[in-house]
Amino acid sequence: MTTQIDQALSRTYDAGFISDIESETFAVGLNEDVIRRISAMKNEPEWMIEWRLRAYRNWLTMEEPEWAHVQYPKIDFQAISYYSAPKSMKDKPKSLDEVDPELLRVYEKLGIPLYEQEMLAGVAVDVVFDSVSVVTTFREKLKEAGVIFCPISEAIQTYPELVKKYLGSVVPRSDNYFAALNSAVFTDGSFVYIPKGVRCPMELSTYFRINEQNTGQFERTLIIADEGSFVSYLEGCTAPQRDENQLHAAVVELVAMDDAQIKYSTVQNWYPGDENGKGGIYNFVTKRGICHTNAKVSWTQVETGSAITWKYPSCVLKGDNSIGEFYSVALTRGRQQADTGTKMIHLGKNTKSTIISKGISAGHSNNTYRGLVHMGSKADGARNFTQCDSLLIGDLCGAHTFPYIESRNPTAKVEHEATTSKVGDDQLFLCQQRGLDAEKAVSMIVNGFCKEVFKELPMEFAVEAGKLLEISLEGSVG
Amino acid sequence: MLTIKNLHACVEQKNILNGLNLNIKPGEVHAIMGPNGAGKSTLGYVLSGREGYEVLDGQVDFQGHNLLEMTIEERARKGLFLAFQYPIEIPGVSNMEFMKESVNAMRQHRGEERLTAAEFLKKAKEICKQVQLPLDFLKRGVNEGFSGGEKKRNEIMQMILLEPSLCILDESDSGLDVDALQIVANGVNSQRDGKRSFIVITHYQRLLDYIEPDFVHILANGKVVKTGDASLAKQVEKEGYAFLGLDNSEEVTA
Repeated sequence: MTTQIDQALSRTYDAGFISDIESETFAVGLNEDVIRRISAMKNEPEWMIEWRLRAYRNWLTMEEPEWAHVQYPKIDFQAISYYSAPKSMKDKPKSLDEVDPELLRVYEKLGIPLYEQEMLAGVAVDVVFDSVSVVTTFREKLKEAGVIFCPISEAIQTYPELVKKYLGSVVPRSDNYFAALNSAVFTDGSFVYIPKGVRCPMELSTYFRINEQNTGQFERTLIIADEGSFVSYLEGCTAPQRDENQLHAAVVELVAMDDAQIKYSTVQNWYPGDENGKGGIYNFVTKRGICHTNAKVSWTQVETGSAITWKYPSCVLKGDNSIGEFYSVALTRGRQQADTGTKMIHLGKNTKSTIISKGISAGHSNNTYRGLVHMGSKADGARNFTQCDSLLIGDLCGAHTFPYIESRNPTAKVEHEATTSKVGDDQLFLCQQRGLDAEKAVSMIVNGFCKEVFKELPMEFAVEAGKLLEISLEGSVG
Repeated sequence: MLTIKNLHACVEQKNILNGLNLNIKPGEVHAIMGPNGAGKSTLGYVLSGREGYEVLDGQVDFQGHNLLEMTIEERARKGLFLAFQYPIEIPGVSNMEFMKESVNAMRQHRGEERLTAAEFLKKAKEICKQVQLPLDFLKRGVNEGFSGGEKKRNEIMQMILLEPSLCILDESDSGLDVDALQIVANGVNSQRDGKRSFIVITHYQRLLDYIEPDFVHILANGKVVKTGDASLAKQVEKEGYAFLGLDNSEEVTA
């Protein structure tokens, strides 16, 4: 039956088209001049240039981490272009009508309508194409509620005090190799500020697209939820099908002030490379949220793309009674490698965290869960519950689990559960005997396995994520 | 409905069926009995197309189609239903979702519209009642945490829901108490309409007290060695298989 599963798993990547958009792209290479040029392109103030350069100098002293359970040839950072923007964006279109129709067509093809009247009701989108934000919808409506939602390049100009205060406050410039690189060269991303006591009236989302060849995407997202506020945010990502590997090194910082809640969902579908592991995105991402008193940060991720995924959305539970959650589905197939998980750093009293991780491996892929639960000495009564389930499809793939637990407080409780199972021939036979074809059967079994995570996604996206898994598992979508 | 001619099949290079013949007309109920290892369950798997069960020789005609050339799901969509001896769990997939997809796959094959959630639910609820399963079974994962008896009733529920033309019941009576046995038998009897055919695989005559067969076949060493009416089952119950010159023990070679 393995052959049937294999067939069900070989699919085409339907976001893999290349758009012919005239771009202004920096020559490959990285040095202080390149960073100054990026900064100049964005018309940044002096303090920002300084910030970037300090990050860059730090990065030069750092070593690329090798502890992850992934294998790839050394990245040549001098062979990457660090800035690429559609030429048409130079004049900064003021509304969608001024945006290059060719660019709009890209999103139409991806199934992401940008005209507000056509959009999913209640979702505002910031659209980042290579190194620039193309458009941010519903800004006026959000403004009425006092919510700021704009490209981070614009926030640096318009809200320098907020950016200065919080940028790098959760993920410091020198946090790790890829975060330092991002701090030096980040080009765009989203900025969100929710004022005190405001419940953001709509879902916010950012859609990232890498188009240009040999270009890295280094986006930076900063979300600040002031006291007692609430926001739900979603990011999605795709890239064309190319033979070369492309680097994506993002940083996301979340600040949840007292009693605030941030729900951050990711549907990651970067190009995973072909059957033989040629091409695909290297996805090295640092995501972290800090929770002040009674605050809550909830990460939900559905990771189906990328050749390499290196990603650990984490929570620093600083304030008493704060809550951190991590719900993850990671699907690898072909030659994909994923090393993903979370860190829950319990510092405050009675802090609580939940980790539900579902890894699905198929083909020749390797899927690793890596997680740290840290109970600090002052974290009296802190609790963690971790559940790590792995599902294997076929017999050439691998599932690995590396849970780390550090407890410095005798009153803290940590629970860890783990299971590994296989999509069985018996299950498949039952489904087929009931009239379902193998593809439908596998996707149904996998969806059942992921149910606990999907129910955490915003409604519209839960459906999307289910479909994405289905597409990932289907042979004939294109 | 179904004509099996000289069927030879093996599992892991071991010959299990050795020239089996069987002819089933619409509306008939055929009971298949026989010692352990005679090839009873294998027959069910070969007919439903399970991988690993290799047909070496013979023909099977199912409603005018060459059954052996069809995929598992094609056979199912054409109306062949197998009630499993050991129904397997599919965690996280609700019974309702599973059955709805299944019903709709059949409907789609027949060129009918998909049932809406409401239409399906109405139907499912009625059948739930019929096989005496509480309604929350629809919400639970497929066979997840079901008792043996519940699993068997769940199979019957699917059978009723899918309206197949040929039902193969693989030891649907094993592990059931008398009450559950009656529920299963009533479920089967409710589906006897003069057109639908049944193959009832069982070790015990007990089930045949409730589901009255038109024919009883004794299977041994992979072929039918004796065919009779319901009284044959009673004779087996009384005398074992010894009167057929067959060893009744576990050691019977397959």
